[in-house]
Amino acid sequence: MIVKITGDKLFNCLIYAGALGLFILVLGMALEIWREAGLSIESFGWSFLLSRSWNPVAGNYGALPYVYGTVVSTLLGLLLAGPISLGTAIFLVEFAPRRVKKTLGFLVDILAAVPSIIYGLWGSFILVPVLLRYVEPWLGQHLGWLPFFQGTPYGTGMLAAGIILAIMITPVITAVSREVLEVVPANQREALLAMGATPWEVVRAAVLPYAGRGIVGAFTLGLGKAVGETLAVTMVIGNRPDISWSLFDPAHTMTSVIINEFTEAVEPLHLSALIHIALLLFLVTLLINVLARLLIYQMSRVNRSVSYGP
Amino acid sequence: MDLELRRKIHSYVMQGLCALATGTLLAILFIVLWYIAYNGLQGFSIDFFTNMPAPVGHTGGGVAHAIAGSFVLVGLAFIIGVPWGVAAGVFLAECKGSRFRDTIRFTADVLNGMPSITAGIFIYTLVVVKMQSFSALAGGLALGIIMMPLVARNTEEILRLIPGSMREAAMALGIPEWRVVLFVVLPTAARGIAIGVSLALAGVAGDPVPLFFTALNNNYWSLDLFQPMASLPMEIFRYASAPFAVWHEMAWTGALVLIGIVLVAGPLPVILP
Repeated sequence: MIVKITGDKLFNCLIYAGALGLFILVLGMALEIWREAGLSIESFGWSFLLSRSWNPVAGNYGALPYVYGTVVSTLLGLLLAGPISLGTAIFLVEFAPRRVKKTLGFLVDILAAVPSIIYGLWGSFILVPVLLRYVEPWLGQHLGWLPFFQGTPYGTGMLAAGIILAIMITPVITAVSREVLEVVPANQREALLAMGATPWEVVRAAVLPYAGRGIVGAFTLGLGKAVGETLAVTMVIGNRPDISWSLFDPAHTMTSVIINEFTEAVEPLHLSALIHIALLLFLVTLLINVLARLLIYQMSRVNRSVSYGP
Repeated sequence: MDLELRRKIHSYVMQGLCALATGTLLAILFIVLWYIAYNGLQGFSIDFFTNMPAPVGHTGGGVAHAIAGSFVLVGLAFIIGVPWGVAAGVFLAECKGSRFRDTIRFTADVLNGMPSITAGIFIYTLVVVKMQSFSALAGGLALGIIMMPLVARNTEEILRLIPGSMREAAMALGIPEWRVVLFVVLPTAARGIAIGVSLALAGVAGDPVPLFFTALNNNYWSLDLFQPMASLPMEIFRYASAPFAVWHEMAWTGALVLIGIVLVAGPLPVILP
């Protein structure tokens, strides 16, 4: 009898420890990174976000070009990935013939499993030369009146980073959107079909409004992944801390400056400034992920209450 | 044009666009894989697996030390991430209906979306700074905490699929709960959990970012856990960033090997009986 009780107790302790450890891990991460960034937070405060000077020799650090690079490359990636992900998710759930559905879904999952270093390698040796030789000159010639497509084509730059990010986040957005679309109850579709709606009208009027929040959640999740993506972006963005309208110009992101300078940072303030950027990154991705999860949870909860029934 | 026809055409066009989006995605997949295979096969040889890196300008170098290093690092990640993740997963599946449980699940989901660079920096400040040296141990730890929440959530999902009647049958025999979970529920779910674990392992095996702050890299054969250790993704990055054509070929071959490990060995338990 005693053995039985202690066994259960011990087991419960173990699984509670595992669960609690998970919680402590997030807290520990936040506190530890906060502490190491302390020197830079004390020295620069909020002006860290607004200053453009990054000069290890003079001891001046400002993260504005990096924040700008992250924001623009992420938005560009999301803009390119959005229609393709949503279209693919809709096709896979609503229109694809049943026989190919599984295979197609599997192929999209493979795209998500390809390591980021491979996208970086492909991006820097295949994508960048193609952009440099064909795409950027063409864009400059035909759309050069827009401020985004002016200047010398470099190949490496914001455009390359945006495209690579788009390729990397598309499978994520597609996979989550698919899950969300799949929980839309069949009677929603049937009701509209019974009224003589075309297949697209069913999607437009019944499926998308129902799944709306979840799809926004999927995009937010993709956004979080794009903000935190490091290596592939570093390999194609050109790593120059400029703020420029043109998508052809090299830029820098928060993650790429950390990975580029971390092992070379000898000054405590330099290291602290890099960890300060990591802290910003941590807080921003935390916020994005919390938001995304809340949206997706809400969606599945709404569905759960609806799907009770015969 | 009459309305009926216009609605039909509109529907066909939108369906076509959705199909086009899917086609674009698949085309990207095939283009990426084709270039990796085509360029990777050029330098593919036995030497690549068995040799150490050749000096600059020489051919015939290999990445034996990096492949060994990758296995050590992923092994460490396994030792740290799997027991922890499975424990947390069992907690999520077994302790039903508590507020604390919902918080933990939420935390695991959020943690899964966090970039690996923050995990790398966390282990850097926690371990590398204190030990005053980059080490394989720190690298394994970083990879371990990255895969842990993934394993936890997957284990939970699989455990939920186990029918309650099985658990009840065991309980009715008077078996204490912990033994029911350990010897009835977990073995039944073993295959599903193994698939989740191997996918998580494949994920961290291909990510060099946390290693920049922890295990770093090593040009020599080393299995010492307290020294910097080479790994396949780090070697690919090193070769790709160098300005030598021979090294670029090494990077492509490394990428082919890595993708082979990740895509073939990763989901292996799916195929195994």
